[in-house]
Amino acid sequence: MYTQGLDIPKGDKSIPVEQGDSPEAVRFQARIDADEKIEPKDWMPEGYRKTLIRQISQHAHSEVIGMQPEGNWITRAPTLRRKAILMAKVQDEGGHGLYLYSAAETLGVSRDELVDQLLDGSAKYSSIFNYPTLTWADIGAIGWLVDGAAIMNQIPLCRCSYGPYARAMIRICKEESFHQRQGYELMLSLSRGTAEQKAMMQDAFDRWWWPALMMFGPHDTKGGAEGMKSQHSEQSMKWRIKRVSNDELRQKFVDVTVPQAEYLGLKVPDPYLKWNAATSHYDFGPIDWDEFKNVLAGNGPCNKKRLKVRREAHERGAWVREAAMAYAAKKAKRQAA
Amino acid sequence: MSAVIDKADIASYAIRWGDDALILSHRLAEWCADAPELEEDMALMNLALDLVGQARTLYTYAGELEGRGRDEDAIAFTREEREYKNALLVEQPNEDFAYAVTRQFLYDAFSLPFYQALASSKDATLAALGEKAAKEVRYHVKHSADWVVRLGDGTDESHRRMQTAIDELWTYTGELFVNDDLDRRMIAAGIGVDLTALKDSWNETVNAVLKEATLVRPADGWMATGGREGRHSEYMGYLLADLQYMQRAYPNMKW
Amino acid sequence: MSRKEWPLYEVFIRSRNGLNHMHVGSVHAPDPKMALENARDAYTRRGEGVSIWVVESNAIAASDPGEKASLFEPLAEKVYRHPTFYDIPDEVKNI
Repeated sequence: MYTQGLDIPKGDKSIPVEQGDSPEAVRFQARIDADEKIEPKDWMPEGYRKTLIRQISQHAHSEVIGMQPEGNWITRAPTLRRKAILMAKVQDEGGHGLYLYSAAETLGVSRDELVDQLLDGSAKYSSIFNYPTLTWADIGAIGWLVDGAAIMNQIPLCRCSYGPYARAMIRICKEESFHQRQGYELMLSLSRGTAEQKAMMQDAFDRWWWPALMMFGPHDTKGGAEGMKSQHSEQSMKWRIKRVSNDELRQKFVDVTVPQAEYLGLKVPDPYLKWNAATSHYDFGPIDWDEFKNVLAGNGPCNKKRLKVRREAHERGAWVREAAMAYAAKKAKRQAA
Repeated sequence: MSAVIDKADIASYAIRWGDDALILSHRLAEWCADAPELEEDMALMNLALDLVGQARTLYTYAGELEGRGRDEDAIAFTREEREYKNALLVEQPNEDFAYAVTRQFLYDAFSLPFYQALASSKDATLAALGEKAAKEVRYHVKHSADWVVRLGDGTDESHRRMQTAIDELWTYTGELFVNDDLDRRMIAAGIGVDLTALKDSWNETVNAVLKEATLVRPADGWMATGGREGRHSEYMGYLLADLQYMQRAYPNMKW
Repeated sequence: MSRKEWPLYEVFIRSRNGLNHMHVGSVHAPDPKMALENARDAYTRRGEGVSIWVVESNAIAASDPGEKASLFEPLAEKVYRHPTFYDIPDEVKNI
């Protein structure tokens, strides 16, 4: 989920742009071009390894942080059926974080290092989770819009050139197929409900629509001031770590989501939205990139809270993790004796 | 069926056990995104999901028996605090992970033999649930017992925290083995489980695990009771405020 | 705060009897017992398995991908190990 918005920014020097003219690099690129998978211990350019570690770990962090806004409603779910669904869904997010950390660890980095980067703020996670879940309808909106956007982003990643990442994504996509459907079904029940329920649904939709579009990340089919087409994103395409541009995915998302919103009787909060018969796509209004940058920079409604909760959980759990290791060591010693 | 047992009795009996499952699952769900490690987050949610499933079966069945049109949600979400009949043990808060693990273990060690016995109930629905739940709980008790041992015999800090949790939660274990009027009628009808008869099995499990965990079993002194009559701790009101929020704020709607 | 993370275990699952265990990913756990429980809770939530193996990741000895050429390519030309290498007339049955 959610890696699209986490492209490497222009001017980031921590990940080298590879020249790719050594014999190994030429052979490596030939394997990629032939759609061969790269496996953990294979030779790979340093930039490829670093790009993957960053992308996979940010993806993992997003899953783990993403448990918070939805977990926020588990104890308050309105029915037992919805409660069980939400518990299973949030648990899946945790599982997906786990699969992804697992994939990143095959690249020679430990989970501890990755978690440290999250907790000290140096690693990013998807900004979408810095928005609050204020009503029950937000749970529907997240499942339908956020998971919907995520699935669109993730399906191409199932064909990513790095084997462990691709395999994790296949597993994740298979499991997530219910996430979007349960969200839409939740919205459907609100759309058939009372005036209060309908208002709750429209309010949630108004708040999640634009952040969902921002999930696909900055424009990347054009350069210039508002675009971010960079050497890094071109390189990621060439390496088949990333396979479809942000803008293409965003357009696809708008095209499939607008009719679904109409079916629910929702009004899309965009005065410029209109069907364009010439292009067979919806035209939509400009995205507020200032808001995007602001939330990315740490000023979203929940950035501080999300990290604080994660940090505290980690610290509170330290004695448990330590005790489990101490017990394992004692037991091993006793068995050896 | 014995004349003193009517459907309303069986319904009350089912609700009581449904309440244990629901309230314990609520406490487990509070760990969401807060567990000591990601793997344990998933484990706790699995336990909670099993318990929600058990509660749903029991409430649905109770609603059918009552024949008053209450479904699982009406029973789960719209009763007064005094109508919840769960044991006091399961509503105790998550002071720390040691409390959560200890509460879980003390209850699992009870509910495994309980559901195993319920599997031979003359009531077919309760018997089927007993069989299914016993399978689930067999895993729960393994998981929670493993944690009790690990933390009891881990570091000085974990040992101290575990001993504190056991000492404080012990007073809520006595209630689990008390038969009240309803229990006695259900036992006589061959439907319910004799709770006093579960004590030996519980003692055996608890003693073995505490010993391996190097923890001291507290003395069986005064035991708190009241849960089965709907007299709860002060924690219960807050738990229900959370649990019932949607159904209270937006009554009679479909979700 | 302790910075020592729980060891990594590789997880192998038999999806049903009759099939081999397959590698599915990894989990962290303090000991093998917990590794099994964690693997169960993470990788079999949808009934994906009937049996689980876990093994500490650093206990696995792996072949070096750099030696792929010398390890595996010589086998490709030993076609006489494959039944299709041998021409048998179509009229001859049951062979």
